[in-house]
Amino acid sequence: MSAVLRIQNLETVLHTETTAVRAVDGLTLEIGKGETFALLGESGSGKSMTALSVMRLLPDSGEIVRGSVRLGEKDLLLLPEAAMRNIRGRRISMIFQEPMLSLNPVMTVAAQIGEVLRRHFDLHGVTEQKRTLEILNQVGIPDAPRRMHEYPFQFSGGMKQRMMIAMALAGEPELLIADEPTTALDVTIQAQVLDLMRSLQQRNGMAILLITHDLGVAAETAHRVGIMYAGEIVETAPREAFFRGPAHPYSRKLLASLPGRDRRRQGLRLAAINGNVPPLSQEFAGCRFADRCDHAWELCHEAAPGWAIVAGEHHVRCHLFNRDTPSWIDRGVAPSQPAENILDKTDALHESAAGAMVRNAAATDDACLLSVSDLKVHFPIRKGLMKSVVGHVRAVDGVSLQICRGKTLALVGESGCGKTTVGKGILQLIPTTSGSVRYNGLELVGMKRDRLRRLRADFQLIFQDPYSSLNPRMRVVDIIEEGINSLHVEDANGEDNDGRQRGASQLKRRQRKELQGKRIDALLESVGLPRETKWRYPHEFSGGQRQRIAIARALAVNPKLIVCDEPTSALDVSVQAQILNLLKELQTNLGLAYLFITHNISVVEYLADEVAVMYLGRIVERGTVDEVLTSPRHPYTQALLSAVPVIELESKRPVIHLRGDLPSPANPPAGCHFHPRCPHAMPICREVYPATSTFSPTHTTRCYLYPQEEDSQQA
Amino acid sequence: MPFKPVILWTDALVYLLVAVVLVLVWHIRRNEYLLVPWRRVGHSASGMAALVVLIFFVAVGLLDTVHMRPIVEHDNGGARETAYSVDVLSVLDIIATPLRTRVEKTYSAPFAAHLYAREMVELPDGGQTREFPRLKYGGAHLQDPETQLVPDVASRAAAGAGAGMLVWSLLVTLLAARLARQRNETFMSALAAIWRRTTPTPWYAVCITLALMLLLSGAALALCGNYHIFGTDKVGQDVFYLSLKSIRTGLVIGTLTTLMMLPFALLLGITAGYFRGWVDDVIQYLYTTLSSIPSVLLIAAAVLMMQVYIETRPELFDTVAARADLRLLFLCVILGVTSWTGLCRLLRGETLKLREMEYIQAAHAFGVSHWRIISRHILPNVMHIVLISTVMDFSGLVLAEAVLSYVGVGVDPSMISFGTMINAARMEMAREPMVWWALLAAFSFMFALVLSANMFADAVQNAFDPRARTLPTRIRAFPRKRKQEPAADIAAAAGPNDSFSR
Repeated sequence: MSAVLRIQNLETVLHTETTAVRAVDGLTLEIGKGETFALLGESGSGKSMTALSVMRLLPDSGEIVRGSVRLGEKDLLLLPEAAMRNIRGRRISMIFQEPMLSLNPVMTVAAQIGEVLRRHFDLHGVTEQKRTLEILNQVGIPDAPRRMHEYPFQFSGGMKQRMMIAMALAGEPELLIADEPTTALDVTIQAQVLDLMRSLQQRNGMAILLITHDLGVAAETAHRVGIMYAGEIVETAPREAFFRGPAHPYSRKLLASLPGRDRRRQGLRLAAINGNVPPLSQEFAGCRFADRCDHAWELCHEAAPGWAIVAGEHHVRCHLFNRDTPSWIDRGVAPSQPAENILDKTDALHESAAGAMVRNAAATDDACLLSVSDLKVHFPIRKGLMKSVVGHVRAVDGVSLQICRGKTLALVGESGCGKTTVGKGILQLIPTTSGSVRYNGLELVGMKRDRLRRLRADFQLIFQDPYSSLNPRMRVVDIIEEGINSLHVEDANGEDNDGRQRGASQLKRRQRKELQGKRIDALLESVGLPRETKWRYPHEFSGGQRQRIAIARALAVNPKLIVCDEPTSALDVSVQAQILNLLKELQTNLGLAYLFITHNISVVEYLADEVAVMYLGRIVERGTVDEVLTSPRHPYTQALLSAVPVIELESKRPVIHLRGDLPSPANPPAGCHFHPRCPHAMPICREVYPATSTFSPTHTTRCYLYPQEEDSQQA
Repeated sequence: MPFKPVILWTDALVYLLVAVVLVLVWHIRRNEYLLVPWRRVGHSASGMAALVVLIFFVAVGLLDTVHMRPIVEHDNGGARETAYSVDVLSVLDIIATPLRTRVEKTYSAPFAAHLYAREMVELPDGGQTREFPRLKYGGAHLQDPETQLVPDVASRAAAGAGAGMLVWSLLVTLLAARLARQRNETFMSALAAIWRRTTPTPWYAVCITLALMLLLSGAALALCGNYHIFGTDKVGQDVFYLSLKSIRTGLVIGTLTTLMMLPFALLLGITAGYFRGWVDDVIQYLYTTLSSIPSVLLIAAAVLMMQVYIETRPELFDTVAARADLRLLFLCVILGVTSWTGLCRLLRGETLKLREMEYIQAAHAFGVSHWRIISRHILPNVMHIVLISTVMDFSGLVLAEAVLSYVGVGVDPSMISFGTMINAARMEMAREPMVWWALLAAFSFMFALVLSANMFADAVQNAFDPRARTLPTRIRAFPRKRKQEPAADIAAAAGPNDSFSR
């Protein structure tokens, strides 16, 4: 197999104000014709910098220091910029992560694809149009002759990514670099896009450099896998060999940190990798992973390991596999036990701190903490000069759910289905249109602001993006204190306002301050942060640490219910494992109930007790985790589950492809909302929304495929 | 007491401003995170050089702010009576008494010994002739200006510059000694560090600017006692003195106007963005209406109304200065009230963005009140915009004053400002031979002030803009140097961060 792309000893440096960051440090890889090479790694490991180095599109502060990038026989790093322009888009194309940002909003799709054709093939007029149409048909744009003259905003996210692929394909490249091509997309759309890329590769025989952090995506699409860590590749292997038995301790940990149902059944904590990716501005003497590795010994800290062969094509950069060193580790076995022990010890510490905070509220009380019935949140669409209401976006359209004390309900669905709005509607952060939210028997909808304020301590929120959920201008201590001060959590009579506080005697204030300080220390320790961190600012912390701070902030007011709005989707897998462990631990210690909003099925499997699947503002299926995930009844649930990329290829269900995208909640389809995409749609589905079908006391769905119940008919 | 202190309205506000700035500096010095961006300002060579120039201007302006009325004793029918003069003088006026009092008859060119206009002069022999008469003060000590003028000017300038260099070397010695103590080095190595530009703060640039400024001001001070270095104006006043006096007017207009406009911009901009709905609509209508009226017309109308008010109530003012000062204050208020719309719009947009941030929602979930959210979460996060735009506005306002005075709706005619100077010089541009020095002096002072304010604002903007942080400017400028002294550089770079990670 002749190599299309051959990168040798590539070193890319990013100059910052104070130091030089070696973003890519001696990277070597080869991609053959028709092959997909997946470059896997956590954020900050240098994946994207590798791609940009190949394209020679580095930012101004970036510089390729040494190495060679050969495309065929040509060394790209020696070419003048003008010659490079003939290569970009022609021989190498690139797809970016965010399709919304990579298409020009003021140019029609045809014009953007035509740009490539004019530049590289000198096609004009009719021939250009014909070729554009051909390419669009190739990537499966329905009704292409009409839609090619539309603007990007008229297309959905998945369609836009198809457009990007179409643009990339227009040059008939030998190499396609896909930088996290599906990260911004939903699973059902991701399955479509990955499928498209696979079929195009088979047809055109191009090489693909797939950059991703998602092990599942790599397992499904790649032929060979390279694991990148701190600027270098630590392991390369054919896909099967890698996922059957990863060799490098880092790769093993990475795989072991994936949540899933098996781990939950075994009562295992997720294997979280301690610490963070080391800053790349330093000189490394030994192995870069040594500080976080459980198997590291002196040699690892002293000498950088060279390549060792595990078997055949499977190479690893680790001293454990050197022939000279004693191999005291079993190759290809699931993650080792010592790691878990170490983790458990540190957790015991946390638990003792957290244990002190368990409140008198009996965690075993099985009564329903929160019950939502027929919640509706409609946003008016205003138009015209007088801003008259012309319609409603039915973001949430009749959702009912219950959460019991100490339990987790997972709300699953694609983006735009209204899951986040449900969370905010429950917390009364946005006005609800109708329905009721009863917390402990108290009706929250329409409650006076003052009374609601006093209840706010009981239900809190953890956000998706730890970067925007902490005020950058406040110290950690101020962030955590804010809720305590605002809700006067420790005051028995929490009604005094700021004015009275100021009037309180100096002594009492000092005492309170001291108590509060201790409380904050305890909180920080319970989320696994040292107490000194409270004097620092959010920007000094990594994503995972920030999410811990956000959790500490929510815990500060002693909540009984926490709405977690995709708390791990912005984090790397290893960090996600840390946060999931923490959430689970807090639940057992403090008896918290979670409403866990997510699109990540494996997280649901690991954490949730019950699952509610949401589609276009309504819950289509709900039940316990086992019921819903092992025997999904609703066609949407089935399709959603089948689209999730899995690592154990043997257990892969056949993907049920959904046609099209999520319809607009402003104008939902008549009858069952899912019927336009449903493979089993019947005539009745187009007319009336189905009633509930019950399979067990906990498992219900709304679909005409199953016997209907009469009582709960709904408009 | 030989004088009676007078605090005019603008003086009080300037004192207040100085106090606020001092409190802010104290507050910032206590908070590490507030200090970090300012340290970055301190590391910018152009910013620090501009700051040195600005300090000169501010010092002159502050000297000119301390007002008093000197005592006048006069015989009133045998009883010696003390009264205070109707002239309100500032410390600057008193220091520059020679400049202020030595008034020639009319125009004279810079460094001239003769008047710029011919006059009938009676010759010793009784005859009359028309010639350029000698000045009363400028170059009066010279016997024969034709031959002595140039050497005399040169020697005095050299002496003044020498004195300036002396002061400079004193200052540099002090600086090096302080650096040496701070960094535990010898005096010589600290000096060498300044010279080799390895100090984190660009003392090299500061020293060079300081040297230039001290050279110029030394020479000017030495010369201005015997010459009119920028010439004289129509009524024979020294233009150098006028320029110095204009500095305060410019600074007052630049800063007080900004202060007047800030409450409007902050309050309206943030509330519009935060509350949305009808509040937003009302505020938007307000500022679009205001900004649709040509601002010069609006200002002219307001100033004329105010002028009528002042002129019909002479009993309110005991001195001319008080009247002129009130007019200046009103001008600031009017400029402030009409110029908040730009910043308001910026702040509204930023607040619209911020209010959707998740930490604001988290605050809502804690039941934090609206005003607390605005003051604790939104205000600190828009302060960088406020800071940048106020510093940028400053130079615009100094220029606006000049334009308004030119139009005739600016400061009181008795008040010396760049605007009045330019306005007075305007007429003489058409005469032959041309009188160019008044305009040139006003322009060069204004240029220096506005340029340094802009450069400083630029440095501030760069330091507060999070996107500009990774620009490798210093590395690119001196790539070799950095490689030779990696250890020193890393230590220097780690300096500010060390205190952070304790």
